[in-house]
Amino acid sequence: MSEPLLNIDSVTKNFGGFTALSNVTTEVQVGERFGLIGPNGSGKTTLINCISGLLNNDGGTITFDGHNLNGMKAHKRTAAGITRTFQIPRPFHSMTVMDNLKIPIEFVSGTGASQAAIAEQAMSILETMGMAEKAHQETSGLTQIELRKLELARAIAAKPKLLISDEAMAGLTGNEVDEVLEILISFNEQGMTIIMIEHIMRAVMQFSHRVICLDAGELIAEGKPDEIVKDKGVERAYLGV
Amino acid sequence: MIMRYKFEIGCVAFLVLAFILTQLGLNRFFFFAGFAVLQFIMIATAWNILGGYGGYINFGTAGFLGVGSYTSIALIQWSNVSIVPQIIAAAALAGLLGLAIGYFTLRLKGVYFAIATLALAIVLETVVNNWDFVGGAAGISILPTRKPELLGAVIVDRKIGVFGNYKEFLFFLIAGMTIFSVWVARTIEKGKLGRGLNAIKDNEEAAESMGVPTLRLKLIATTISGALMGAAGGIFPSYLTFIDPLTAFNLEFAVYSLAMPMIGGTFTWIGPVLGGLLLGTVQQVAIVTISSELNLLILGVVLVVFVTFAPHGLVGWFMKKN
Ligand SMILES: Nc1ncnc2c1ncn2[C@@H]1O[C@H](COP(=O)(O)OP(=O)(O)OP(=O)(O)O)[C@@H](O)[C@H]1O
Ligand SMILES: [Mg+2]
Repeated sequence: MSEPLLNIDSVTKNFGGFTALSNVTTEVQVGERFGLIGPNGSGKTTLINCISGLLNNDGGTITFDGHNLNGMKAHKRTAAGITRTFQIPRPFHSMTVMDNLKIPIEFVSGTGASQAAIAEQAMSILETMGMAEKAHQETSGLTQIELRKLELARAIAAKPKLLISDEAMAGLTGNEVDEVLEILISFNEQGMTIIMIEHIMRAVMQFSHRVICLDAGELIAEGKPDEIVKDKGVERAYLGV
Repeated sequence: MIMRYKFEIGCVAFLVLAFILTQLGLNRFFFFAGFAVLQFIMIATAWNILGGYGGYINFGTAGFLGVGSYTSIALIQWSNVSIVPQIIAAAALAGLLGLAIGYFTLRLKGVYFAIATLALAIVLETVVNNWDFVGGAAGISILPTRKPELLGAVIVDRKIGVFGNYKEFLFFLIAGMTIFSVWVARTIEKGKLGRGLNAIKDNEEAAESMGVPTLRLKLIATTISGALMGAAGGIFPSYLTFIDPLTAFNLEFAVYSLAMPMIGGTFTWIGPVLGGLLLGTVQQVAIVTISSELNLLILGVVLVVFVTFAPHGLVGWFMKKN
């Protein structure tokens, strides 16, 4: 098998005396659709923060596309090809939807391009996301699904090699979940590797090639979706028995 | 074509107007008051680069102004350096100070950053209070250089100078510096730096995650903002002809530099210009007619009214009307 795109080796993260991640080891292949599940507070977002650089892991090593990420600033990791969405959407609220997308284009994927070219790229992503008619709206007027789509659109605008989606579907209806799934799968088919964190089991299982499950900061299972669904440890973690 | 350079044409027109005003033999008080208003606009504009665009509240304006003032004083004391190099040195030193302060404090968020910058102003004032070379706590009088020359032309002289007296010259100088500051602020606002700073203001972690080098942009902003404040301070001793630490590091500047952009509107360069014009004028009128304590009280009331009824300042209020 070829080199993995992302290699997570014995990653540990403590908050004071509390261990949020303990010796997590896994890898994500190029082009893979990778599911990350686990009950509330199991450390999923913390792991994403360590990968994207908003937190620094206390132990272990994360390697991406041949770069050792330890100590690398978050914006450098974005430039290297990792972008993430936030579980609670964090739009640039003083900007229009379009201007939100222009930030990662101007700073990452299209540095040096003219404003017109940047706007064109932003618009084309909004079109794929079915948000073109919202382009010039302020973000304060957006609905829940629109905010979540904006979160994804803005991350995609950075043209990442690896997109990490942190619960992009929470609070969405069945149809809306399908819509977002379709978008993610189409970007994956164009070559984007995707890590999806999700509580909606149907969505992760349908989406993922491979799934890992965290519980209390430890990796307790790793496998194909159908194996994970049957896994006794995963069942226990979710049922809390 | 002309529309495209509207702003630049406006700048030149303003400078020409300022120059003509100096040639009319107006009362000296006009230039004294006009200088103060322009200096207010310059300070507000400088503050807004970090505070308005980037969302980092700098309470240390007095510190940057004071460093600028005392750079000039030190240069005069050292070897009677003339005004333009004084201002350039003041800007350079205050810019470096901005960079250093930025480096050590920009990891602090919100109110902690504001407190750190306020502390800076107080520390610097204490240093100058104990530095006799520049007059210490008692202050120092300076004499304007006689017949300053630039490129062979006599700048200030009642008969043969470009300007009839020093006040007129300083008025024209601060007009140029103010225009330059507004041009800098507008260039930042319309460029990548301004957009990056706006993203930082909206959500710093999201900005960093979207590839914005947040620390670098904040450092650039504190450096430029500090340098412009330093320049505004560097010209201050020549204007006042007497300066002491209490005046140079006057904490009222912290309040004014924050109030002017808030009243005018922080998200565009016009805001600080309007706010500075308004508060500067009110302050000059108030100095003549009422006491300075009452003056601050009025400012307080005006601020509360604006924060309540026009949170986006005059600019926001006008835009909503249309
Ligand atoms: N900055 C922090 N400081 C202290 N504790 C934290 C911090 N961030 C997370 N934690 C703790 O670490 C644990 C893991 O949190 P994390 O957000 O990674 O969980 P999660 O798996 O994403 O949960 P959820 O499904 O609810 O989003 C939780 O107990 C949380 O309280
Ligand atoms: Mg989470």
